Amino acid sequence: MAKEKKKTSQVVKYNKWGYIFLIPFIVVYLVFQMIPLFSTIYNSLFENYRQGLTQIGPNWVGLANFQKIFAGTGNDSMPTYFLNTMIMWIAGFVPQILLSLLLGAWFSDTRLRVKAAGFFKTVIYMPNLIMASAFAMLFFSLFSDAGPINSMLIQMGIISQPFKFLSHTVSARSLVAFMNCLMWFGNTTILLMAGMMGIDNSLFEAAQVDGATSTQVFFRITLPLLKPILIYVMITSLIGGLQMFDVPQILTNGEGNPMRTTMTMIMKLNKYLFSKDFGMAGAMSVILFIITGVLSVIVYKFSTKETDY
Amino acid sequence: MPSEEYNSVEGGFGIVARRVIAYIVLIIITVLCLFWFYLLIVNSTRSHAELSRGFTLLPSGSLYKNFDNVIHGTQPILRGMLNSFIVAGCCALFSTYFSAMTAYAIHVYDFKLKKAIFTFILAVMMIPTQVTALGFIKLIGNLRLDDSFLPLIIPSIAAPATFYYMKQYMESALPHAIVEAARIDGSPEFRTFNEISLPIMKPAIAVQLIFTFVTNWNNYFTPALVLHSENKKTLPILIAALRSADFLKFDMGQVYVTIALSIFPVVIVYLFLSRYIVTGVAVGSVKG
Repeated sequence: MAKEKKKTSQVVKYNKWGYIFLIPFIVVYLVFQMIPLFSTIYNSLFENYRQGLTQIGPNWVGLANFQKIFAGTGNDSMPTYFLNTMIMWIAGFVPQILLSLLLGAWFSDTRLRVKAAGFFKTVIYMPNLIMASAFAMLFFSLFSDAGPINSMLIQMGIISQPFKFLSHTVSARSLVAFMNCLMWFGNTTILLMAGMMGIDNSLFEAAQVDGATSTQVFFRITLPLLKPILIYVMITSLIGGLQMFDVPQILTNGEGNPMRTTMTMIMKLNKYLFSKDFGMAGAMSVILFIITGVLSVIVYKFSTKETDY
Repeated sequence: MPSEEYNSVEGGFGIVARRVIAYIVLIIITVLCLFWFYLLIVNSTRSHAELSRGFTLLPSGSLYKNFDNVIHGTQPILRGMLNSFIVAGCCALFSTYFSAMTAYAIHVYDFKLKKAIFTFILAVMMIPTQVTALGFIKLIGNLRLDDSFLPLIIPSIAAPATFYYMKQYMESALPHAIVEAARIDGSPEFRTFNEISLPIMKPAIAVQLIFTFVTNWNNYFTPALVLHSENKKTLPILIAALRSADFLKFDMGQVYVTIALSIFPVVIVYLFLSRYIVTGVAVGSVKG
């Protein structure tokens, strides 16, 4: 009996180390994430900005900042920035997911046996590791009015005058979407491929014995079984898309040209932060926090459900 | 061979045609991925005068001259590379070591708040850092840590995504029996973690070192808010400064070399380790 008691206390003694090992994470998280989060929410309820040389506030204004951020005039309001972000995200995500599904299906197809798959995977994943701001600067230089792309198109006789890519809404947004697609389709392909490899091979074999074509196998077996991973990829990409910043910021020098049609929510937040308009920055952050929070709950539901089976 | 039997079901021609299409598409995509980097290399080797003359796919001989101009130019690019290296390197070390420690606490020990803390970390994993940026700069202002590397490095200790990866890896690679055996041999808990568990975690640590390094090397948003003095700026901030400068006055050869200096260190490391990195992405995604 005494021995038993001693053993229990030994285990308890060990288990206190669980708390000790957690100290660095918890302390740093509380200080650098939790306190800033509450401080951000608190700041969103105050009027606090600079007008010329005079500091206005901080004065308690309740939810007035939120009203202001939603009201905005013309192109200068939260809904517009949200819409801009979403348009550019969707324009990049749709080709990205289609391309990834196609490539994933090819790489994991045992009958197709793509040679040099390692080489192709290396190539398509590479843009994901590139510094987004440098990549955007590269695209800005390449697509500038006197840049190589314009001179190439002129030399080929496709256009006679330089096309101002960044002065048209459609081309500016398309450039951002294209860069996002290029940077992320490799990552998505690898995620989807991991999911496709996880599907029980006997299902494919049974379908083949029954004479199903590759197209049928893809739409009837692969796609339905991939649904959880597809949803996971979509929502995590959406959360990433809401944080879209580096590419449009550098490409348009933080202006979101033309006419703020490429201005994303984080770019606006960045503008508020640099102009020290803390009330509005707080309101913008809280809105972003709520949106990502809701999306995170969905991701969390999906990933825990998956672990169960 | 069963596979040949299946081939005959669909017909030999079908699979050959599909293979041809697959290769053509893959080659187009490869070109689309590499074209920009090729243009970057070519343009880095051309002088400003050559660049303004038009487009070509052939490199020229001004790489060294451009590089020399960048080093002696107005922007402290080499200093920026060093700063980026210091910040990214420290973040990588701190983040992986302490995430492994956090994961170890959850994986090995059994305590009352374990489940609650684990759930909490997973729940906050997706919250973007930008959301707390306002409070963050106010905090470091109060702590007088403004314009310093510390507020960029220390927060990397609490990295929920790295923690989650480590936890996943431990579940498959670190059996409790090893820890028990070390205890019986009289090894203190902290030493068991450092000298027995960490070596077992080597593959996961390597993957996370690379990923955290790259993420922080590329990070623009937070450093731009924290760092102000010229000799502390990291590469992405210098790139942004290059963008907002009067572009027409710039030597384009220098611009391309600056971009190349930001991009190619990561690309070179990637080309050596690509196999492990690509596998690492896949492992991280597959749920436990």
